[in-house]
Amino acid sequence: MSNAEQATRARERTSHARDYSPGFFVKLTLMALIDALGAYGLLACWQEGATGIFCALLAILIAANYVYFSKRALAAKYIFPGLTFLLVFQIFVVVYTGYVSFTNYGDGHNSTKQAAIDALLQQNERRVEGSQAYPLVVVERDGDLGFAIIADGEVRVGSSDQPFEVVKAELDETDPTKVSSIDGWAILSFSDIVSKQSDIMALRVPISDEAADGSVRTADARVGYVYLPFLRYDPDEDVMVDTMTDVTYYPNGHGQFQSDEGQTLSVGWRVGVGMENYLMAFSDSRYAKPFFAVLAWTTVYSFASVALCFLVGLFLATILNDPRIKGRRVLRVLLIFPYAIPGFLGALIWTGLLNRGFGFVNQVLLGGAHVGWLTDPWLAKVSVILVSLWLGFPYMFLICTGALQSLPADVMEAAKIDGASRMQAWRGITLPLVFISTAPLLISSFAFNFNNFNLIYMLTGGGPRFPDASVPVGQTDILISMVYSVSGLDGSAQKNYGLASALSIVIFIIVGTVSAIAFRQTRKLEEMI
Amino acid sequence: MATLSSARQTPTIRRFGHWAADLGWRYLVVLAAVVFAVFPILYIISASLGGTGTLTGSNQLFASVTGANYEQLSNTMFWTWVGNTLVIAAASAVGTVLMGAAAAYAFSRFRFIGRRVGLTSLLIIQMFPQMLAFVAVFLLLMSLGHVFPVLGLNSKISLICVYLGGALGVNAFLMYGFFNTVPRELDEAAKVDGATHSQIYWTIILRMVTPILAVVGLLSFIGSFSDFILARLILQSEQNWTLAVGLYGFVSDRLDANWGVFAAGAVIAALPVMALFLFLQRYIVGGLTAGAVKG
Repeated sequence: MSNAEQATRARERTSHARDYSPGFFVKLTLMALIDALGAYGLLACWQEGATGIFCALLAILIAANYVYFSKRALAAKYIFPGLTFLLVFQIFVVVYTGYVSFTNYGDGHNSTKQAAIDALLQQNERRVEGSQAYPLVVVERDGDLGFAIIADGEVRVGSSDQPFEVVKAELDETDPTKVSSIDGWAILSFSDIVSKQSDIMALRVPISDEAADGSVRTADARVGYVYLPFLRYDPDEDVMVDTMTDVTYYPNGHGQFQSDEGQTLSVGWRVGVGMENYLMAFSDSRYAKPFFAVLAWTTVYSFASVALCFLVGLFLATILNDPRIKGRRVLRVLLIFPYAIPGFLGALIWTGLLNRGFGFVNQVLLGGAHVGWLTDPWLAKVSVILVSLWLGFPYMFLICTGALQSLPADVMEAAKIDGASRMQAWRGITLPLVFISTAPLLISSFAFNFNNFNLIYMLTGGGPRFPDASVPVGQTDILISMVYSVSGLDGSAQKNYGLASALSIVIFIIVGTVSAIAFRQTRKLEEMI
Repeated sequence: MATLSSARQTPTIRRFGHWAADLGWRYLVVLAAVVFAVFPILYIISASLGGTGTLTGSNQLFASVTGANYEQLSNTMFWTWVGNTLVIAAASAVGTVLMGAAAAYAFSRFRFIGRRVGLTSLLIIQMFPQMLAFVAVFLLLMSLGHVFPVLGLNSKISLICVYLGGALGVNAFLMYGFFNTVPRELDEAAKVDGATHSQIYWTIILRMVTPILAVVGLLSFIGSFSDFILARLILQSEQNWTLAVGLYGFVSDRLDANWGVFAAGAVIAALPVMALFLFLQRYIVGGLTAGAVKG
C-alpha cells in the first residue's frame, strides 16, 4: 500500500467528530466543562449519600460522552440536550407525581421511619430528675447559636445540628467554672442573650448522634441540664414505649405509631397507602363534594371560554375580512392588543376594574353600585368567563383570520350562485371549514384553559369560598388551583403532597383523554370532507 | 363616528339605510370590540399616571399626569424583579429555541431507530403540561438542593432548568412540521459539496426556519415571563422573585392602596412583551397559521 493510498483512507475514516476543526475544539471544551462539573457533582452526591442522584448523574455523563465522541450516534447529538432536560424535568416529575400520589407524603409524614423516630425522641424530652447540671455559656459562630459546657474538666461545644465535642478553650482565672474564650466561637454578652432569649430557650444541643442519648438545654443561659427522651424505641419489637405512662405504641401501617387506645404520636413517616388518596378525592365527604363541584365548573368554564372566544374571534375576523371596511389593518392591531399583554397582568388589571367597592365598573359605569362581580358565586363565574374572553378572543381572531384567508374562494362563489343567503353560506360553509382547520388549536386552547391557573388565582383567588368545605376551595376554583390549595405549598392549609399529586394525576387523565378523543374526532371530520 | 355623520349627509335616505344594514353595523360591532379590547389597557396606563395611587382615585381617566407612581417603584424591589424576569425568560427562550430546533432537525432529517416512537411520545407528552406536576418539581428541587444548592429551591438557575424541561415537549413538534417544509434538496446539494451535518444545520437549515424560531422563542419567552405557579414555589426570597410573583404581591393583600404602584409596574412589565410582539408580528401571524392551521 502506498503512502498516498494510506493517506486517502485515513482521510475517509476521520469523521468530523475527530477532525480537528474549530468546531471540534468548541465541543471538546464544552464536554470538558460538563465532565468537570459532573465529576464535582458525583463527589458531592457521594458525600451526601444521595445514591439516586448519583446514579442518574453518572448515567447522563456516560451517555453524553458516548453521544458526542462516537461516530455513530448522529441523531442523538442533536436530540441529547433537550432529551436530558425533558427526562429529568418533565417525564421524571410526572412519574414521580404518580409515585407520590400513592403515598401519604405531607405534613407529619415527611421523611423516612428512622428520621421520624429520631424526631419523636428529640421532641419528647424532659429533664431527668436530679440529672447532672453543667456550667454553661451561650456561644455563636456564623449566626449559629451553640452551648459551651464544662464536663469532667473539659470544655465541650455543640450546636443544634452538631453534637458536643471537646474544644480548646480558656477558663476564667478567678472563676474556673466560667469559660472565658473558645477557639472559633464567640461568647454572647448579657445583652445579646437578652435579645435572643427565645432562641436560646428553644436551643437543644444533642449529646451524641444517637437521639436516645438526649440533649443539653438551658433555662437561664448559665446552667445546662441533661434532657432525656421519655419515649424509648425498641428496635427488636419495633415499638415506641412512653416511659412515663408505660403506654406502648405500635406502627399502624399508615406511617404512624399508634397505641391500643388509638392515640398516635405526632411525627410519622412516609409509607405507600395504595389508592387511598384517590378514594379520598372521590368518596371522602370533605373532599368529594368540593372536588365534584370544582370538576364540573372547570369543564363548563373551559368549554364556555373556548366556544365564546372562538365564536367572537371568528365573527370579528369575518367582519374584518370584508374588503369594504376601511382601516382594517389598524383595527386588527387594536383587537390583538390583549394578546400582547401577559395573561397574569390582564387578570390583575381586571381585579381592579371589577372590584366591588372601588372598581371602575361599579363606580363609574354603574354609578356607584356595589355589585359583587368577584364575590358573588354566580357573578364571579360570569366574570371569570368574561375575562377569559378578553384574554382569549384575540388569539382566536388571529387564527380565524388566517383560516378565512386561506378558504377556497370558489366554494363561496358556488354558494352565491346557488342562491344561498349570506347567513346560510356562513353557517353552511364558512363555520364548518374554519372549525375543521382550526380544530387542533381549539383542543390545545381547551387544555390551556382547563389549567389556566393564573387567571383564576389572580382574578378571584378561587373565591368565594365554599362555606362548608374544610379545604380552602371556592366557587371559581378550577382543578389546578384546587391542587395548589390542597398541596398546602401556599401555606394556607396542611401540606398534603400525596392527595395533591393524586388530583394532578386525575387532571392528567382528564386532559389526556379529552385531547385524544378530540384529535381522533377531528381526523374523522377531516376525512369526511 | 365620523363615517356615520358623513353618511347622514348623503342626499337619499335609502342609500344610508342600505349602507347601515350592509356595513354600518359592522363598524359598530368592531368599535365595541375595540373598546372592550383596549379599554383595560388605557385604564391601567391612566392609573399608572394618576397622582393618588389608589383604586378609587384611578377611576377618573387621565385626570392628572404625574410620574409619582413610577418613582415609587424604586422604593420597592421592582427593578430587581425586572432583571430577574428578563434573565430567566431570555435564557429559557434561547435554550428552548436551540434545543427544540436541534431535536426537530434530527427528527426531520435523520432516519434512526426509535424515530417514530420518539415522535409519537413527543405528541403524547405535549398533552401533559409540566406545570401540573408542580408538587413533584418542588420535591425534586428540594432533594437536588441538598446536594447542589445551585439546583435547589430559591435558585434562578433551577427555575430556568425546569422551564427548559418543557422545551422539547411543547415546541419540538411544531418545529418538526416546519422543518419538513424546507426542501431536502438543499441539504443534499450541500452534502454533495462536502458540508458536514453540523454545517448544514447551522448555516442552511436554521436560516430557512427563522419564522418558526421567532415564534417558538417568543412563545417560550412569554410563557416563562407569565408563569406564576412554578416561579412562586421555587423562588422564595424576595430578591429572586420574578415580575409575576412581585406584582401579584403588590395587590394580593392591599389592592386599593398599592394600585398606583402596581399600575406603573404593570405598564413597564407589559412593555418588553409588547415590543417583542410588535417586532415579531409578521412572523407570529405567519407562524401560528402556517404551523397549525391547515389551509
